[in-house]
Amino acid sequence: MTPWLERLEQTTLEPARTTTRGYYYLVGGLLAVIGWALYAYYVQITDGLVVTGMRDRISWGLYITLFVFFIGISHAGTLISAILRVSNATWRTPVTRMAEFITAVALITGALFVVVDLGRPDRLFNVLIHGRWQSPIVWDVIAITTYLTASLVYLYLPMIPDLAFFRERLTGRVPRWKSWLYRKLAIRWQDTDTQKRKLHVSISIMMILIIPIAVSVHTVVSWIFAMTLREAWNSAIFGFFFVAGAIFSGIATLIIMMAILRKVYRLEEFVTLKHFRYLGFLMAAMAAVMLYANVSEYVTSGFKLEEGAAFIFRQLFVEEFAPYFWFYLIAGLIIPIAMMFTPALRTVGGIVAAAVLVDLAMFVERYFIVVTGLRAPLLAYEPANYAPTWVEWSIAAGGFAFFALLVTLFVKVFPIMAVYEMKEEREALARPRELEGATEGSTP
Amino acid sequence: MEAPPIRDDFDPGPSPPAAHPAINGLKRVATVGFAVVSAAVLTSLGSPRLLLALAAAAFVIGVGAFIRRTRHGTLRDDWKSRVFKDGVSVINRRTAIRMFGMTALFVGPVRVIPTLLQDVLAQPSEPVGGDPVPLARRRQWTMIIDLRSCDGCQSIGLPPQCTTACIEGHLSPEPMQWIEVFEEELEGEGTRFVPTPCQHCQNPPCVNVCPVSATFSSPEGLVLIDQERCIGCRICMAACPYDRRFFNWGEPPVPPEALAAEYDMEVQVPAVKGTVMKCDFCPDMARAGTLPYCIQGCPHRAIYYGDLEEDLATNGRELVSISQYLAENNAFHLKEELGTQPRVFYIPGHGEDVDRSPLNRGRLPVRWPWSRISEGSASWSR
Repeated sequence: MTPWLERLEQTTLEPARTTTRGYYYLVGGLLAVIGWALYAYYVQITDGLVVTGMRDRISWGLYITLFVFFIGISHAGTLISAILRVSNATWRTPVTRMAEFITAVALITGALFVVVDLGRPDRLFNVLIHGRWQSPIVWDVIAITTYLTASLVYLYLPMIPDLAFFRERLTGRVPRWKSWLYRKLAIRWQDTDTQKRKLHVSISIMMILIIPIAVSVHTVVSWIFAMTLREAWNSAIFGFFFVAGAIFSGIATLIIMMAILRKVYRLEEFVTLKHFRYLGFLMAAMAAVMLYANVSEYVTSGFKLEEGAAFIFRQLFVEEFAPYFWFYLIAGLIIPIAMMFTPALRTVGGIVAAAVLVDLAMFVERYFIVVTGLRAPLLAYEPANYAPTWVEWSIAAGGFAFFALLVTLFVKVFPIMAVYEMKEEREALARPRELEGATEGSTP
Repeated sequence: MEAPPIRDDFDPGPSPPAAHPAINGLKRVATVGFAVVSAAVLTSLGSPRLLLALAAAAFVIGVGAFIRRTRHGTLRDDWKSRVFKDGVSVINRRTAIRMFGMTALFVGPVRVIPTLLQDVLAQPSEPVGGDPVPLARRRQWTMIIDLRSCDGCQSIGLPPQCTTACIEGHLSPEPMQWIEVFEEELEGEGTRFVPTPCQHCQNPPCVNVCPVSATFSSPEGLVLIDQERCIGCRICMAACPYDRRFFNWGEPPVPPEALAAEYDMEVQVPAVKGTVMKCDFCPDMARAGTLPYCIQGCPHRAIYYGDLEEDLATNGRELVSISQYLAENNAFHLKEELGTQPRVFYIPGHGEDVDRSPLNRGRLPVRWPWSRISEGSASWSR
């Protein structure tokens, strides 16, 4: 066994073997936030949605914003593991596991916010009993459950050999339930040629399959808005725009997550500056795509400035929502691009800072898309206003804590890097070089 | 007894050539594809009874297979040897097809079980003697609002009386104004008043987006809401271009007598927390031979109500032929360009028939008479 492989295996095994006190503090803190959010939700259930800032004229707010945001960042996994896998970009391997996990966790969190937003969560199953094909909400239910299933499968498949590795190395050294879990989940992986071939085929099928599913998910999320008769949302580019934004915020979230996990679990050797740079460049490229989509959208409607559009432009560019809009445009799109063009800022710290800006900006963008669209008056009345209440902020904080908690628990139990694939790829890289070395060595 | 002779001269002949791998692959794709497609077709098109019969058959076959297998050794060992050989999965095409078929047969009926149960359990809903209203006489309710006669109740010094009458008749929760009088700026100077009920669109955006058919088009052309099915997702409120949908954000502020009523979606009393409400066009009133509350309340008789089938409408005082009245008075729809095809028509005007000057702005705010007595319910603003 090479020293490199030894170090990789030890680094991956480490989180599952030892737990620091700080870890328990973190879990405790997250549970406290979730507990507070549950209390806020209890208040909302007993009193009704009247405890939120939403009213008839702005009838969606922070919850739907968070739904769109979380479903958006779930596209991290698809991009990193599927699209880059298809294009054979092997540098992505050390960070695939994290990306795939963000996908699954973000999807679960996002879907929860729809339930939180319902006036009658007790009737949730009416969607299954009386569901109508024609409703965008039902499209979303179908797309998101499909995507969740597919991404769980896609998270699990490449993890099987790693789980077998955990099973071999950790049985007897970890609590019995963990050994049992690894044994069951590794489904008798023996690293035989047949198993390898079948795993390879399954992963190949899933990586192709998951791309259209992911694209469809955020397209139908955008159609919840675009299928209504609202001027601000009446746009053919909406589906594309939402998917691009989803991948954009997904990359940013992945960069932040990578930086945290790398620091906490000392992954510096495997998750290197190169990964941050490559993802940073991808993020900048997506920022350019977003900028282009925004220009297309606002120039085509702003040039003509039809009756309803004028109000939307005013509130977005100069009035109530101008701070949000310009923050999104400048801090979320232009500054990250500029940062990636500045060599001095292409450090881990600089790239993480850009990613934080991007995530904040994308959250703000989702917020003003939802609220400005509803705020534009439909008849002769004064535009309403919306501000989230403490209940909404508490539940939002609970959502982020839930997301963080799932990630925290995951890295404690499952292999945080794709050891098996990294090993295979390194061997594949090393092989021709060894041959060359051998021929060179034999000739004096 | 002699053993049967062994034939030395038996020649089995050349073994058939093995199929080309690509052909095997194609076959596999074709069979699996067939299984999937037929499963999908059965699931989506099959009648509930057919699917139930298939499910029953599949169940019987499954039980039979189970019994047969348990007779030869344990099922578990048998299954293991089928699925794993030396720890390697050996699931083959036949197993896969069988799985597909069984899945389709078992999963398919799940979709129709609720309907089926309803069919089986429901009481016969057909009244004895058949439908009391022959199809040709199906009412198609419509409303014509003559803006020439609407002054927002300025002349009588009261809040808009259509809204007030509607609130008192429907016991609608504060602050819902199912028919709301908007003051619209005219192209020149001044304003006009536009009483706006639900437009009862024939291409209703709200019905199109509802995930559970809680809001639907009735055979009489009305858009109604079943508050016992509504899940409160509010996508209909986002979809409605007329701002005519209202949500029960909290415990609805209604008078105590509303709570005693038996719920009916044509009346929407009592209001249900966490669901959407709106104008229902009072078809129950019309069937009982009277006019909707808003028309009864209007002091200037600006609103007509009638049946498009019969081509007759009335404001309670005079009877008009709908087609002729609309044609002669330049009728229009609100936001005609959206293609929603409303059932509410407007006659342009600014209250000139009741001597209102367009420069005379303002109307009084509407009040809910039970604001103080609806205990335990906090009202909200719009």
